[in-house]
Amino acid sequence: MAKLTRKPATKKAPAKKRATKSQADSDAQGGVIPDKLSLTVDFATYPAGKYSHTDCDLSEDQVLGMYRNMLLQRRFEERAAQMYGKQKIAGFLHLYIGQEAISTGTATAINIGQDSVITAYRDHGHGLALGMSPNEGMAEMFGKVGGCSRGKGGSMHFFSKEKGLFGGHGIVGAHVPVGVGIAFGHKYKESGGVAIAFYGDGAVGQGAIHEAANLMSVYELPAILVVENNQYAMGTSIHRAFGQTEFSHHSVAYDVKGAVVDGMDVFAVCKAMQDHVALARENKPTMMEIRTYRYRGHSMSDPQKYRTKEELESKKNEDPIIRLKAYILENKITNDDALDAIDDDVKKEVMASVEFAENSPAPELSEIYDNVYDEADYPYLS
Amino acid sequence: MAILQYREALRAAMTEEMERDERVFLMGEEVAEYNGAYKVSEGMLEKFGPKRIIDTPISENGFCGLGVGAAMNGLRPIIEFMTFNFSFVAIDQIINNAAKIRYMSGGQFKVPIVFRGANGAAGQLAATHNTSTESIYSTVPGLKVITPSNPDDAKGLLKSAIRDDNPVLFMESEVMFGMKGEVSDAEDYIIPIGKARIAREGTDVTIVAHSKSYWIAMKVAERLEYEGYSAEVIDPRTIRPLDIDTIVESIKKTNRCVIIDESNPFASISSEMTYQIQERAFDHLDAPIVRITAKDVPAPYAKNLIEYYMPQEEDAYQACKRVMYVQ
Repeated sequence: MAKLTRKPATKKAPAKKRATKSQADSDAQGGVIPDKLSLTVDFATYPAGKYSHTDCDLSEDQVLGMYRNMLLQRRFEERAAQMYGKQKIAGFLHLYIGQEAISTGTATAINIGQDSVITAYRDHGHGLALGMSPNEGMAEMFGKVGGCSRGKGGSMHFFSKEKGLFGGHGIVGAHVPVGVGIAFGHKYKESGGVAIAFYGDGAVGQGAIHEAANLMSVYELPAILVVENNQYAMGTSIHRAFGQTEFSHHSVAYDVKGAVVDGMDVFAVCKAMQDHVALARENKPTMMEIRTYRYRGHSMSDPQKYRTKEELESKKNEDPIIRLKAYILENKITNDDALDAIDDDVKKEVMASVEFAENSPAPELSEIYDNVYDEADYPYLS
Repeated sequence: MAILQYREALRAAMTEEMERDERVFLMGEEVAEYNGAYKVSEGMLEKFGPKRIIDTPISENGFCGLGVGAAMNGLRPIIEFMTFNFSFVAIDQIINNAAKIRYMSGGQFKVPIVFRGANGAAGQLAATHNTSTESIYSTVPGLKVITPSNPDDAKGLLKSAIRDDNPVLFMESEVMFGMKGEVSDAEDYIIPIGKARIAREGTDVTIVAHSKSYWIAMKVAERLEYEGYSAEVIDPRTIRPLDIDTIVESIKKTNRCVIIDESNPFASISSEMTYQIQERAFDHLDAPIVRITAKDVPAPYAKNLIEYYMPQEEDAYQACKRVMYVQ
């Protein structure tokens, strides 16, 4: 358990009780301001290497499924980067490479279909983890009608209503209040579902995050706000952007439970999500900081002058896929050959998605007017 | 016909729709325990309870985004702005999320949400509290914008807005909340979105005016009638989609048009209407279209200046005579 002590601050207690208590205190002391205030808060922590698959109630088959899923994200994005180079994919392309344990760990811990996920523009990993097919992902980036958003959204706007992926959003932080609204919907409908809103460390500076955190706290919503702290907002290190770089501490301000998770270990993520989803199902909202690292640039045009090659190399030892592979071999869940076979299979699936995207037709020009409004006769040229 | 205040008509519309559909809820600043900053939602907390009538902190970006998410997840939120001036704090949620998510998701997610509240100038409130926002929001594809000028339209159109599967901005007026008028007592009274109302038929000049400018138009028409001229007054009611057909048909009859628009003039409702009219009815115009708008400045505080800032009845009256060449 990590401890936070700082001053001045108020005693942590539910809002209403707190008001009553401080009133009583002030009456007793004859004043409103005590001599000294301090705060001690316990945070749940989920370090790497602490949890096994059995701690997460996962079968060996499920572990292999997670390995396959993380590899699928990795190979899909490696191929996407290549297709970007060949100008098959345009616009912005933000790769999730290095962060796959977060998407897979989450998807393993939730009820896909019942629960909801919303994220920012680095969204391919979450889409594939939730079960969106590589075909519809690749075709979306190719701008084809076979894409998940019929070629209207591109890389940054993956959506899958069926899988509970509410986007794929391009404006930093703006989707987090939307995520809290999805949670509001779950509570209102008594659906039993929870909503998880992911955002990057860069979004922490956006007011929308903080308004969302406050609203989920005050309405006691089945929501988890998760900052995927990959330490760089484009080229700006968190240390150059934030007075408080321990993002987990924000939970204190909104009177919800907070946690810190090592995002390079898929079991740490899965366990953290299982615990926090259980809280959310009881309408106890939480905030979570998952520390991770992106191995590629912010987008395809990033020269990465803001970090050293040494830093990048040192982080590669923590690669979540290599870590899981070592775990599988160490625990004799399967052998090297079988893992290679999974890799071959994934590569084939990704190549097939490229072929699918190539062959999927571009949208008809008339489709430009589709889905602006519910009505089909837009732009109302009677 | 019942006689209702504008605010009562709005309340009746929301109440009926909430009784009809469990998914509809009302959220905003002071809507519940305070009974509404302008008493629009008075009594609704008592009737529907705190699950469906929900007070918010002053957090427009947050609760508008919450509304968008709730709408994506199957609910039908009514989000109240105390006034639309404060919608600018949440403009990202309206323009980037509410308006675009259906499109960007290839039609997978719809956003059936109503953002409603007072819009436009309301006296000596100075620049930040006197904005006519309809010109700004009407530029955005994906949004519908409605500006009812009277209690009957307020009720019939708000019911339609709540049932609409698109994001709708429903713009009321602080100075009209207390206005009384006849409201249809037909059961389930619905007015379709996107249909203008010919408020007064005439043959000599067409005056187009929405929201409270409509009342200026009606006064001008009365003055002209006294002098023997027949003005046709059209209230578009909906700004987007705009019922340009009704306006053009009128101009084909009168051959003259004056537009009264409380927006700042640059790239506004009146400039868009003027473009669309010349595109469709150029050969029918016997005079240039004249528009009477707010002055092209931030709204001032001083009494004489804010009065001067607003579209003037006298200017509209003179404009009508000018386009009829009877000055």
